[in-house]
Amino acid sequence: MRKHLLSIDDVSADDAVTLFATAAEMHDVQSRQVKKLPALRGRTIINLFFEDSTRTRSSFEIAGKWLSADTINIAAKGSSASKGESLRDTVLTIAAMGVDALVMRHPASGAALQVSQWIDAAVINAGDGTHEHPTQALLDAYTLQRRLGGPGSLEGKRIAIVGDLTHSRVFRSNVLLLTKLGASVTVVAPPTLMPSGVGSWSREAGFATSYDLDEVLPTADAVMMLRVQRERMTGGYFPSAREYTVGYGLTRDRLRLLGPDVPICHPGPMNRGLEIAADAADAAQSAVLEQVSAGVAIRMAILYHLLAGDEA
Amino acid sequence: MSETTLVKGASLYGDRTADLLLRDGVIAEIGSISTPDGARIVDADGLIALPGLVDLHTHLREPGREDAETILTGSRAAAVGGYTAVLAMANTSPVTDTAEAAERVHDLGRAAGLVDVHPVGAVTGGLGGEELAELGLMHRSRARVSVFSDDGRCVADARVMRRALEYVKAFGGVVSQHAQDPSLAGPTSCCHEGELSGRLGLPGWPGIAEEVVVARDVMLARHTGSRVHVAHASTAGTVEVLRWAKSLGIEVTAEVTPHHLLLTTDLLAGYDPTYKVNPPLRPQEDVDALRAALADGTIDAVATDHAPHARHDKEHAFVDAAFGMLGLETALPVVASVMVSSGLMTWAEVARVMSSTPAAIAGLGSQGRPLEVGQPANLVLVDPAATLVVDRERSVSLSRNNPWHGRTLGASVVATFLRGRPTVLGGELTEP
Repeated sequence: MRKHLLSIDDVSADDAVTLFATAAEMHDVQSRQVKKLPALRGRTIINLFFEDSTRTRSSFEIAGKWLSADTINIAAKGSSASKGESLRDTVLTIAAMGVDALVMRHPASGAALQVSQWIDAAVINAGDGTHEHPTQALLDAYTLQRRLGGPGSLEGKRIAIVGDLTHSRVFRSNVLLLTKLGASVTVVAPPTLMPSGVGSWSREAGFATSYDLDEVLPTADAVMMLRVQRERMTGGYFPSAREYTVGYGLTRDRLRLLGPDVPICHPGPMNRGLEIAADAADAAQSAVLEQVSAGVAIRMAILYHLLAGDEA
Repeated sequence: MSETTLVKGASLYGDRTADLLLRDGVIAEIGSISTPDGARIVDADGLIALPGLVDLHTHLREPGREDAETILTGSRAAAVGGYTAVLAMANTSPVTDTAEAAERVHDLGRAAGLVDVHPVGAVTGGLGGEELAELGLMHRSRARVSVFSDDGRCVADARVMRRALEYVKAFGGVVSQHAQDPSLAGPTSCCHEGELSGRLGLPGWPGIAEEVVVARDVMLARHTGSRVHVAHASTAGTVEVLRWAKSLGIEVTAEVTPHHLLLTTDLLAGYDPTYKVNPPLRPQEDVDALRAALADGTIDAVATDHAPHARHDKEHAFVDAAFGMLGLETALPVVASVMVSSGLMTWAEVARVMSSTPAAIAGLGSQGRPLEVGQPANLVLVDPAATLVVDRERSVSLSRNNPWHGRTLGASVVATFLRGRPTVLGGELTEP
C-alpha cells in the first residue's frame, strides 16, 4: 500500500488480499475479553470529521484504540472552516500538533487528496463528498468474501449495486474494488441517478449498468443497496418516494427474487421502507451488522499496515 | 513634454517590414525613416508590430479585494501582456452599478497610467438579477460606460435581459452575458459535467446550461434589435448557436478565453483548484470547435477573463475554492501557440481578434486602430521566435493562480506603447 489511503486506486488486488488476511486476524481480537494489541502504542491518530458521522468515526476510534494508539476526535464542522479559514490552514494547524495519521471525512470530493499534498502524516480518506469511501469498500468486499466462500471467492461473482449512484461515494469505491477483485458488477439506478458519463466509464472500467432491478436481481450473487439521501427527493431526481420504492427498492417481493444465500449489504443508515424493506434488512441473508463489525477489523488492518507495516 | 520613439524594422502584422515613428501620441510616419534628434530608438528587428491589445473581460478586484489585485497591479499585468486597454468587470465590492462607482474605477485607471481602464457596468443593481442598474447614468458619466455585464452571474431572468437589451439601444451599449442557466448549473457546479465529473464526484456544469442561455439571448437580441455579447464561450454547442444566429444577421458577438482554447477538463483529475474556472474547462472536442470558430470569425474576440485570487482563496477543497485564473500576461503567447503556430491564424488575424474587434465591440474609438499614419500610437511588439517558460512567481499581478506555470508557450511581448509612450520595453515595465 502507498503512504496514504485516499482512493481504491491506492490499493492493488494483492494489497486487498493482504488487508483481508490481516483483518481476519484482527477480527479475532473482537471476541477476546481483552481487546487490545500493542501494535500502535505511542502513535497518534486524529479523526478529523468535517461532516457528521457516527458509525465511521466510532469504527476508526475503536480500531485505533484496540491497536493501542492515542485517538483523538475533532469535529471540524462549524469550527475554523466556518470562520473563513482555508482548508490548508486548518489541517496544517492540526498536523503541527504531532500526528501520525489523519483520518478525514469532508463533504467535498477530493479534499483528502488535497490535504495529503499539504501534510506529512498518513491521510486516510473516511469519505470525501460524493467521490470515494475506500475503507467502506474494503469492509464491504471483506464481508462479501466471508459470506461467499472465503479468500478469492469474489472472482466471477455477480454483484448488483443499487440506488443513488450519482451521490454515492460508497458506489464509486466499491465498483473499483469489486471489479479489481474479479467480480462482475452491475449498477442499477434510474437514469437521473446515474453519474454523468457512466456509459464510457463503465465500458472502460468493466462494469455494467441497468435501469431494471427486476432483470438484474434473479442472477445476482450479492446485492448492495445504497441509501437514498432524503434531501435528494426534492431535487427532481425522481417523482416520489413511493415511485422510487416501486422501481428500485429491495421490497418484500423482490427479496423472493434472490436466492436464500445471496447476501444483502447496506452501508447504513438505512431508510427502511424506502430503499430496503424491513423484511430484507432483517433477513437471515442480510449482512448489515456483519459489515459493521467487519469495519472495525478492516480499519485495524489499514491502520496497522499504514503505521506499523514496515516494523511488523 | 512630447516624446518621440523610432521603432526600427518591425514587421507590421507579420508582413512587410518598416520603421514606425511615434510622436505626440500618434503614428507620425511609417517607412524607411532616419532617426530624428532626441528620439528613443527601439530595435524591432525580427519583431512583429500589432495594434495594442484590448481585453473585453478583466477582473481587477478593486474596490474590495485589493489583496488579490488592484487597478494598478492589474494594469501592470495588462501592459506586460501587450494590452493598451482593458474592460474591468463590475463584480467588485461594492459592485460597479452606479456612475460614481464607474468613475472611481476610471479615475484609478488613469492614475495608474499603464492602460486605458474602462469600467464595465453591472446590468442589474448589486448583480441581483432583478432591477436594472443605472445604465444610462453610467454611460453619461465621464467613464462613458458602454459595456454592461453581471459577469460572475447570469442575467437569468428573460424579462430583465430583454429590458436591458432594449434600454442600452438608446446609447449604443452592449450587454455581455455570462451564460449559465442557474437551474442547470447552480452555485456548487464546479467542473464540466461529463465522465470525469462522474468519476470524481464533483457537481457538474453541463454545456447545455450555457447553450440554452445563448440561444435565448440571441432570440432576445433579434426581438429587440439590440446587441448582445457572449462572454467566455466554452462549448461546441454555443458555437453552433452563434453560427446560426449570425447567419440570420442577429447582432451577436462572442469572446473565447485563452484557457478555453488550450486547456481541457482532464486537468481536474488531481482536484487542483488552479484549474477551477467558470465556465469550466471543457473536453477536447469543445476546444477544437472553439479554435475553429475563432479562426472562421464565428467567435469574434479573445478575452482573458483574468481573475486574480489570493492564495488562501484557492486553498480550499475544490468545490469550495474560488473560480478563476490569471490571463493578462500570457494571453498573447497562448494564442500564438494555439492559433498561429498551428497555422489556424495569421498575425493580422490575431490583431483582429485581440485588438480591433474587441475595441469595436466596446466602442473604443482610439483603441484597436490599424497601424497607419495618424492613428493613435497604441501598439505592441512581439517576438514570434521566443519561447516562454511560465513562472508564476515572476508575475506582476498580485496573485499567483496561474494555470500556465511551468508550461512552455510560444512568442513573447517585448514592448507595449500607450499613445506613443512605452509602458513595457525589453519585456520589462517602464512605470510612468
